[in-house]
Formats: sequence, structure tokens, C-alpha cells
Amino acid sequence: MPVPERNEFFIDPNRCIGCNACVSACMECDTHRGYSMIQLDFIDRARSPQTVPVVCMHCDSPTCAEVCPADAIKRTGDGVVQTASKPRCIACNNCVLACPFGIPKMHSEANLMMKCDMCYDRTSVGKKPMCASVCPSGALWFGTMEEIRRLRPRSRPVRTFRFGNQTITTKVWMMVPVDAPVDRVDVTDAMHEPTVGRSDAAADALLSGLWTAEGA
Amino acid sequence: MNGDVRSPEDRLSVGPDGRAWEEQPKWRRDFPIDRPRDEYIARRDFTKFLVLVSAGLAAGQVWIVLDDLLGRRPAVPPVRPVAPLAEIPIGGVLNFSYPGPGDEAVLVRLGEDRLVAYDRACTHLLCPVIAEPARGRLHCPCHNGNFDLETGRPVSGPPERPLPRIVLDVRDGVVYATGIERRTT
Repeated sequence: MPVPERNEFFIDPNRCIGCNACVSACMECDTHRGYSMIQLDFIDRARSPQTVPVVCMHCDSPTCAEVCPADAIKRTGDGVVQTASKPRCIACNNCVLACPFGIPKMHSEANLMMKCDMCYDRTSVGKKPMCASVCPSGALWFGTMEEIRRLRPRSRPVRTFRFGNQTITTKVWMMVPVDAPVDRVDVTDAMHEPTVGRSDAAADALLSGLWTAEGA
Repeated sequence: MNGDVRSPEDRLSVGPDGRAWEEQPKWRRDFPIDRPRDEYIARRDFTKFLVLVSAGLAAGQVWIVLDDLLGRRPAVPPVRPVAPLAEIPIGGVLNFSYPGPGDEAVLVRLGEDRLVAYDRACTHLLCPVIAEPARGRLHCPCHNGNFDLETGRPVSGPPERPLPRIVLDVRDGVVYATGIERRTT
């Protein structure tokens, strides 16, 4: 049974308070008890307590599935990228390394890649995913587009991401401030090393210097 | 159309190059990421598969017939001495090779002038059977199959066909293997 089209998943990092409720709720699930498919990332821990929950974005062109040599990662008709199929997964870690969002997790005891599948057992019967059902601040939110537009007039959903030269369109929406002049989110922006003790400009100059030296 | 139901063509994943599905290379079309597309079998593909498999099976049958008609086999089985009769005690077991050097066979002397010999390859999966005259059987340890020692017919276990029997002849006190009798029942 597919996930009903009217229900969409929204991530609103602004609202995340780092309570880890989503991580705990995810671990409660019977299909992967004890293992969370969500991680809570710190944006820049030295400077800010801001966290962001990372769930699978369910890409239109899933890089994890593109790089899978065993054809184990499949996307269902409703656009949900599923966990690797057990008989096919060879635990090669390609998907873990390739995913721009760092979603797939290698479950080495089972030699199986497991990933967030938007709680397919729940969402396909009209329920909310575990994480969205427990999030106290609505940073993870599951519902219709009209509803979220009504509830959060100061944010708007975006689902185009940039990872190096790769443009990624996803099923899951990311909320950005309504007046922000962005039409896409740069994933690598959140991946900078902590810049304590040196300015961003210095780091960028250092990096570009390295690239020039390599290219010459 | 109901919003919850999608056809296999719906919501296709986009290739990294962004080109349309039809323009994607064949390997990508052969291994689609989308499950509906992956499970979809075109009538033409299925017919091709059916025709090729049927053709293969038919060709195999022709091959078997031709091999049977034209294959060179020794028309007359060789006559080989096995052992002097006096060297085999009653109830004794002797392993030998017949008709070729690699074809394991077993001879059992059941009585004064009662000798039986069988090919040792179990008719289930070709494990060598072990003659157990004390229990009146030929035992295959691989899958616990048993053959009757007197007739070579299967008694229990997976084998369903009897062991090929080797025709014996005693001439001047020497046992000779003179032929092999392959049976189906």
C-alpha cells in the first residue's frame, strides 16, 4: 500500500531543540529495535547548540540506489526509498559513502544496510512516522501542504538541494524562512569543519590555494 | 484516477544526468531503481523469454536424441577378470572397477555359487554405496539411501532407481565381469 500522496514530510531545523525524542522513538520501532535510523546533527557545536534531525530525504534520483552494485536499494511507486533488500545487500558500504545526507547505516551484525524508510509500515496506512509523532516542537512534521502553509506562514518549504555539482530534488521538504532568498539548500554548507580559531575566509583561502596548487 | 494508486510509469526516479527514461542507457533501464518498474514485465519481453527457453529445451531434446543415436559406445561390453573365486569368502565384499578403470563396482559373494555385483554410484546423487552383507543391503551414507543386496533395488531413502547390475560369469574358477545391465525399474 503506498503512502497517500496528500501527506508530506517536513523538516524544520529552526524548531529543533535537540531533545533526541525522535531518535528514541525511532529505536522503539519493531522493524529495527534498538537501532535509530535518525541522527541528530549539530550544525556547529562550538558556536551554537543548534541541532538538526537528519531523516532520509527520499531523493528523486537516489544516489544510494545509483551506486548500489547489487541492485538492492529500491524506490516504491510513492517515491519512498526503502531499506536494502536483505537477500541482495552485500554490505559493501557504497551507499553509506555516497549519500549526500549521510542516511544509510551499515548494520554490520546483519550485513545489511538499513535506512530511514519514512516508517513505511505506518505512513502507508495513514499514520505519522514515529519521529514526527513524538517531536515536541514540530521540527519533524508530517501532514498536508495546505496545513503547514496555514500553521507556519513565516516559513516555506524547499526541496532542492545542492551537493557540490549535484542538484538533488527530494520528496521530503525542508522549511526555510519565507523571505529567505534561497531556492535551494547547500548540503555542504553544514559540513564545514568547526572554524574555531580561524575565520571562514582564511579557511576558504587555504582550500582554494590547495586546489590551485593541485591544478597547476 | 485515485490519488493513492500509481501506474508503473508514474513517479520514475530521475537519472543523475537528468535525461528522460527512454534516453537512459540500457543497463539503467535493465536495472531500474523504482520497484514498480523493476517488477513490471513487458508482454514482449515475457514472450521473448518464453520462446528462447522453449527453443533451448527443444534443442536439448534433439541433442539428447542425436547423442543417443550417433554417440559411439562400445557395442559389446568388455570381459574383465575380477578375482579368483577361491579368494572371495562367502559373505565377502570386493570392490573393483568395471567397465572402465574409474567406474567403481562392488562384488558380494552371497553363497557358495551366488555372486552379485553392482555399480557403486548411487542412483540418487552418485555417491559410492557401501555393501553391508550382514544387514543385506547396500548403504549410501550421503543421504541415508539403502538398496537391497540381492536385487540392487532401492529399499529406503531418496534413491528411486535400482543400481546397475554387473553381469558375472565364473570360468575355470575365475570370476569375470561380462556386462552391465542398466535398469529403470
